[in-house]
Amino acid sequence: MSRELYTRSNVWVENTLSNAREQAADRGYDDFLIVDVDAHHYENRAWADIVPFMEDGPMKEWAHAQVYRGSTGGASMNASAALTGVQIGNQEVGGRIVRAGRNFKDAVTEADDERHHDVVRMLWAMDNMGVDYTVMFPTPMLNLGMHPQIEAEVSLARAYNRWLTQVLLPQDDRIKTMIYLPFNDPKAALEFVEEFGALDSVVGFMVTSVRNRMVHHNDYAPVYSAIQDLGKPLAFHAAYNWNEPNLAQLNKFISIHALGFTTSNMVHLTNWIINGLPERFPDLDVLWIESGLAWIPFMMQRLDNEYMMRTSEAPLLKKLPSEYMRDMYFSTQPMELHHNEKALEVTFEMMDAPNRLLFSSDYPHWDYDLPSTIYDRPTLSEEDKRKILGGNAQRLFKLPDGVRKKLARATDW
Amino acid sequence: MTTGTPTVQATKRVHVGSEAEFEEGSRKIVEVDGKRVGVFKYRGKYRAYLNVCLHQGGPVCEGKYFPRTTAEVNDGGELIKEGSDFDSAHLVCPWHGWEYDLATGEHVADSSYALKKYTVTIEDGDVYVQQ
Ligand code: FES
Repeated sequence: MSRELYTRSNVWVENTLSNAREQAADRGYDDFLIVDVDAHHYENRAWADIVPFMEDGPMKEWAHAQVYRGSTGGASMNASAALTGVQIGNQEVGGRIVRAGRNFKDAVTEADDERHHDVVRMLWAMDNMGVDYTVMFPTPMLNLGMHPQIEAEVSLARAYNRWLTQVLLPQDDRIKTMIYLPFNDPKAALEFVEEFGALDSVVGFMVTSVRNRMVHHNDYAPVYSAIQDLGKPLAFHAAYNWNEPNLAQLNKFISIHALGFTTSNMVHLTNWIINGLPERFPDLDVLWIESGLAWIPFMMQRLDNEYMMRTSEAPLLKKLPSEYMRDMYFSTQPMELHHNEKALEVTFEMMDAPNRLLFSSDYPHWDYDLPSTIYDRPTLSEEDKRKILGGNAQRLFKLPDGVRKKLARATDW
Repeated sequence: MTTGTPTVQATKRVHVGSEAEFEEGSRKIVEVDGKRVGVFKYRGKYRAYLNVCLHQGGPVCEGKYFPRTTAEVNDGGELIKEGSDFDSAHLVCPWHGWEYDLATGEHVADSSYALKKYTVTIEDGDVYVQQ
């Protein structure tokens, strides 16, 4: 009988982000620039649009066959498992978390707008949260680096980047991207830098961190040089890989999510510093995305302590690992917020957050953060809040001055 | 900015609906003093909470109900199984999944986080809510 109370049917939510819009209005986000350096769309909804951008050949035949399986002629949204690899997961905690556009239709889906749905959805979220500029990334492709066929990563990523920069991004200049690099093929990665690097919509380059490639390998030197010459940053975007041998012991999504996102970046950051890449590419800006903040003091303490005992193993270093980390950029999300204002304050200080920290939402992924995660910190000055929320990213990405219309429009969606 | 002694204002009582509209487990979102409030009927009693989650301000009252997840361990310390306790309702914030005990409004893992409560009164078969 009492079971009826626990209906699992959808709960109608008129606007999942109306509380976010109220926060934005209360905190006056229209007065200053907010840049979200990491938000996503679901490119798996658009495989049928992306595959035609692949170059002719067996990879295109393969991808086409996954999208148009069977004889019904309809495109499959579920082709991602075959195209990018299966990512096991329980993102919504058994259906508890409700995500606009994923779990139910929302007003945006029905919006009478000629632009691509992903552009409309992104702008809707940006306007409600009070964000001026967003850096857009894919979703299932975050795991494409584990595809055993290197050419699968190269050909899909090339098609995705062409589709993104030719179709989606020209529709609104508030949405940018950092180009997905096919890191398993350094030569192709260099070609991507050359093909897409000059575009205004491209504010940098992104390596998905779930992969087993040593970032310090000499094969990548030409790629890093080319990116350094362009003056655009290189980002490592974390994710989890439940098939990673060590992590495969973890039995719950909470566990793989907590560790996977941090360890994937920990490995690359350690190799990056210990092998002296900051000295070899001193003008290359590096940004670490989606590992939260708590790992930063840990890495600083751990690497400094070991380095002091074993300097001969890192002969290129001219200063402490933590000092190199203070020269790097980090995105905020998912910020560890539970009862730890003191720890956050120390972290901000250690990493030079007022100059190196960049706000990111990760919207619409399940653990997204709103700008209030930064704006409501009692230990930050108003000036520092604004730098973290937008000023630092504006400088790094060389974005134009001036706040873009946002909140006023949010009520119109 | 105003100075001086603040005047205490009696908050407005808002009509939510008739008792007949409230089946066990149902809810309504109403506006009280310009803020959205969720009114729930659970185990024959009414409860009302501000529709703002203690995590990042999500619309918690628009979330789903879920039973408490349980785990059974035997005398030898072995985990026997996980299950669901349908006698304990959790209201789950739709943004990131913070779970609150529907009966108390407290976060199920840390009761120092408690949803802001509103007062519900019944008069002549009608349900009212106020701060
Ligand atoms: S705002 Fe409610 S769980 Fe995050």
